[in-house]
Parts: sequence; structure tokens; C-alpha cells
Amino acid sequence: MSTQTAQATGAFVEDPDTPEYTVYGADWTEVVDEAKRLGQQRIVVNMGPQHPSTHGVLRVMLEIEGEYITEARAGIGYLHTGIEKNMEFRTWTQGVTFCTRMDYVASMSQELVYCLGIEKLLGITDDIPERASILRVLMAELTRIGSHLVAVGTGGNELGATTIMTTAFVAREETFRVIEAITGLRTNNAYIRPGGVSQGLPEDGVAQIRAMIPKVKAKLDELMALQGKNPILQLRLKDVAELNLSACMALGITGPILRATGLPYDLRKSDPYCGYETYDFQVPTSTEQDAWARVMLRMEECYESLKIVEQCADRLEQLGDGPVMVADKKIAWPAQLALGPDGQGNSLDHIRHIMGESMEALIHHFKLVTEGFEVPAGQVYQAIEGPKGLLGVHLVSDGGTKPWRAHFRDPGFNNLQALGIMCEGGQMADVVVAIASIDMVLGGVDR
Amino acid sequence: MQTPSPETPSPQGREPLTLINVREGLFGAKGDTSGYGGLVDRVQMPGASERPYGEWFDGVVDILTELLGDDADEAIEYVVVDRGELTLYVAREHLLVVAQHLRDDQDLRFEMCLGVSGVHYPADTGRELHAVYPMQSVTHNRRLRVEVAVSDGDPHIPSLVSVYPMNNWHERETWDFFGIVFDGHPSLARIEMPDDWVGHPQRKDYPLGGIPVEYKGAEIPSPDERRQYR
Repeated sequence: MSTQTAQATGAFVEDPDTPEYTVYGADWTEVVDEAKRLGQQRIVVNMGPQHPSTHGVLRVMLEIEGEYITEARAGIGYLHTGIEKNMEFRTWTQGVTFCTRMDYVASMSQELVYCLGIEKLLGITDDIPERASILRVLMAELTRIGSHLVAVGTGGNELGATTIMTTAFVAREETFRVIEAITGLRTNNAYIRPGGVSQGLPEDGVAQIRAMIPKVKAKLDELMALQGKNPILQLRLKDVAELNLSACMALGITGPILRATGLPYDLRKSDPYCGYETYDFQVPTSTEQDAWARVMLRMEECYESLKIVEQCADRLEQLGDGPVMVADKKIAWPAQLALGPDGQGNSLDHIRHIMGESMEALIHHFKLVTEGFEVPAGQVYQAIEGPKGLLGVHLVSDGGTKPWRAHFRDPGFNNLQALGIMCEGGQMADVVVAIASIDMVLGGVDR
Repeated sequence: MQTPSPETPSPQGREPLTLINVREGLFGAKGDTSGYGGLVDRVQMPGASERPYGEWFDGVVDILTELLGDDADEAIEYVVVDRGELTLYVAREHLLVVAQHLRDDQDLRFEMCLGVSGVHYPADTGRELHAVYPMQSVTHNRRLRVEVAVSDGDPHIPSLVSVYPMNNWHERETWDFFGIVFDGHPSLARIEMPDDWVGHPQRKDYPLGGIPVEYKGAEIPSPDERRQYR
């Protein structure tokens, strides 16, 4: 191959005469007979992109020798939708609706990091009302639980353990009920906005959170009972897809994979935001550094997140009613919305004010919503501890109402680089275990 | 190496500061009737900072300067402290050495490079393409930013994969979207776009695309064709 640029997939099979087979599932004997006849030593198996165990649309190219992997490469880009480019054509506030769709399993973590970044650019980090910060923490933790449950649940399902998936999804549904009651939507919420959040708690909000906690806890216990001593699961996960601390550091791995090597690196502790330093929670670690350790770690993190959710409920109750959006009228989009039967949020007081009482307020509302607010020129980097690892955003403003550049460092994108080192030398059947233990979501990886 | 554009002031006789954008008029559309069509607004990045930089920033810059020795002045173009964040503008010839020191020196220990984010500043003549490397120190719990600027005509930056293996995919992404060539990368293939894609989509001169949409009889242009505030 002497093409000018390197090819992501083109150079894998160098010889154009190499026979190719498409396998649909019922024609195994044909393929095996054909392979025997040709006597090829080197077999390349293409897995995906449409494959249920690839958490989206991931293509994995595997070179195998018998049942063993000699080389594994990931091919991504199938879910690339140009979100970062699109954000350059929308106002800062509209960008929330875009970035929430990146890693769609953990929507609100992107919203949070993006809004914290904008607030740093604006210099209003300290002006965010406490209520908004608590609600942000609450949502970040519910999202973390949801994301971990999907990781554990689908991971089990891929090994044939459907009950692990159904139990995990039932628990996730409980968190969604509360999320929906507060934000109006189950996922892709666009709830966290520059300056605060879009609405406060509904009247029975705290009660709903309190009612949810034991239900989720019961399901988590059930999952632990189902998995904890399960010999089949242990045989499949223990000592599989190992990655030690030095490999993690070389590959920039963060999140549960890194913590499973024993390093308690968690930005909520080391670089707190939204007042995380005031919450009481532990950072679970393990030294097993395999797929099993990561599953157990994610389960433990769910319990810790529930502890934080409980503290959020206490604080929200104590704090009572109040603003959930920064006081600066030049930035604050209408907050305190009431949820309509159609799931749309509207602030009836605000509508009465702008439509019936004040012409200037209407002009201001129109300007703010269509034009947006200007953000002083400069750049920032903001990082939070997403469910999957260090989630970073690099924002550049040219002083206008739209981002000049918004770049997200999705932890999945970075962590997926470890697929090769996790799979090579291992067995074919362990590839799905490795993918599940990395827990990336291709929507976030490809953006 | 680069020719500074004549209009931009050079602080302390160094390279010009980043010119983000030159905005003309108040609205995106040409020939608007607002009377503000002739406005020209030059937007620049926050300028070079004077010592003391504050926090731990001075210490890190001092150690790096000491390690670089005679090359320090040439390697670190200028230092910006803005919004509590430290940015080192580094000349590309010295990037590898700077990265090696940042990673290995016990008082620096920036073990992780959180990828590379490309930014395109078409108005910044001679320094159109920027590569931004956020560096994270787990040991000292610090973060700084290394920024390298190159011209559109010669978009070459040495690859950091030998120092930070984690940057492999990130550099591929920045090549894919901005056309910055990372010399020495093990396999600089496109990563998000198909192998045979033409162009680098996140450059500012690359259109967003999209088609006009008809809604209740009226035609709404695609997002990058709409009249917009600027």
C-alpha cells in the first residue's frame, strides 16, 4: 500500500485477492469448509458495525488464530453527526440541546460540563444559586446511576444473562421517573442551562426523590445478589480484559477502569465543582484491574451516588423555594417553568409579564432568546467526573453569542483506545466482555 | 518562523496574540439596512500575562524555563493566565521537548494529556490553525494548556504519541477535522469521517451544509445561511 494518507480500514487486508465472506449466521458450515479448503493461516474477522454488543455502532476488526485474537482494531465514526460543528451555528444556550445528545446514556453530564465551561468564560461561576447547584449534583448522580446500570445490564445481557439487564433497566427506570418529573424528559433533557437549570422541583419533588431511593437500592441489592457470587459470571469476567495502572496512565484512561487499578482518581474529590466537596461519599477502588472488578466498582459507585442523592434531597428540603437561575437578567433564560400536560415547560408568570404587562420585558425576552447573550472572548477548559471517566470541554468564544469552538473530550473516545491491549492474546468470546467493561457509548465517541 | 500580521500589536516584541475573528457589520447577512454594515470589529484572545502569574503558575513556568535552558525564550512564545487557567504558547519545533519535560520532571508530572483540540482562526494570518493540548497532572492535581499555532500553508506539528500514547486517536481526530498533520504519528488516518472524505469539516471555511426546510408555506434556509446576529 502506498497511498498518500494512512487508511483507517483500507490497509488491514493488503492482498486484493484475499477471499472475503459475509456471514449471516446460518451458513457456518459453508464458511468453515471454504476456509479449510483454502488453508488460510491468517483470518480477519470483521465484527460490526451493526452488532448488539457494540453499544452503538462500533466496528471491530479482529485478526485471529484459532480462537485467539492476535490483533484487534476499532473502527469508529459511524455515529458521527457533527455536533461540535453544529454548535458553532447556535447560541450558547441552544448548544445544550446538542451536547446532551452526545453520550445519550449520560445526557446530563455533557450538559453540566458545557454549562460549567460557559459560566467560567462568563466569570459567573460563584453566582450560581445554591439550589441550582444542588439540582445539578442531583441530576449528575442520577445520570451516573443510570449510566452504570446500563453498563452493567447490557454487559450481562451480552453474555446471555437477560435478567441482569432487565433488573438493571427496571432500576434505571425508577431514576427516569424522577428525572422526568423534574426535567420533563427521560433523556436528552436540556435541563441544565448556562446560569442554572431550567426549572426547580415540582411540589412533591423531594417526596418523589425520597420514594425512589429505596426502590433503586432494592434493585441494586437484587443485582448484587444476582451477580456477586454467580460462578458463570465470575468465570467469564475474572482475569479478562485486564489493564494495569501503567497501561491506564499511558492510555489516559480515567473513570471506573482507572479506579479498578487502585488509583482513587475522581474529579469530584480532586477538583470539586458544584460543591461536591461538601457531600459525604466514598470513591470505591479495587486492585483486581479486570472486567469483574469494573462491574463491582460500578455497582459500588451506584450506592455512593444514592448517598449523594439522599443528601441532595435533604438540602433541597432545607433550602425551600428559591431561584434556580443566576440573577443577571442579561444571561438568565426564563426559569421556574411549570410542566404542561404536553411535557413542555412554560412559566405562566413570565408569559403574563411579557405578553400583558411590559413591552420592554417582551423585547428583552425576544433578544435574549433569539440573539442570545455575548460571552467575552477567550478560552477555557472544564472537566468533570462523568460516569465513564474524565469528561472535558474546551470552549473558545470570539465575544459573540455563539461558540467559536466547542470540543468535547468524551471519556469513551479516549478509553476505547484500550480495546486492542485488552483483547489481544485473549479469546474471541472475551471481546464483548472487553467492550462492555470499557463502557463507551458511540454517540459520545463519535459526536 | 511565522510572519506576524502587520496590524496586530506584538507584546514585548514577541509573536502576535491570537486574532480570533474580524467581524463586519452587525448581522451575518451582507448589505443590511441597519446602517451598521460598515462596522469592523477585531476580536482578540486575552493578551500575554506579566509576572507574577499567581497560584502555582510561576513555579511551573520557572521549572520549565530552567529545564529548557537556552531554548526557553524560543520555545515558550508567551504565557497567558486567564480565568484562572495557565496557557503556554509553544513553538512547534520545541513541542516534543516541552511535553517530555512536562511529563517527566518530578515537579511538573503532567502525566496525562487530555487530547488535542484543534481551532481554526482564519483571520489570524500565518497562525490560522491552533492545536490545544490540555495537560493534567494527577500527582500535583494541576491542569495547564499548551497551545501550538501553525500556518494554513504549512500545517505540520510533531506528534506527541511517543510521549503521550493516549493522544493517538485525538491527533487522528484533529487531522480529520482540521487538516493539521502530526508528523511522526504511527498511522495518521481519518477517524470520524470516511477514509475517502475530501476536506476537513471543522475548518471555518467548510460549510455546515443542510438544506432549506419548508414550514407552513415559508422556506427556512439551512442554519449557516440564515440571517444571524453577530
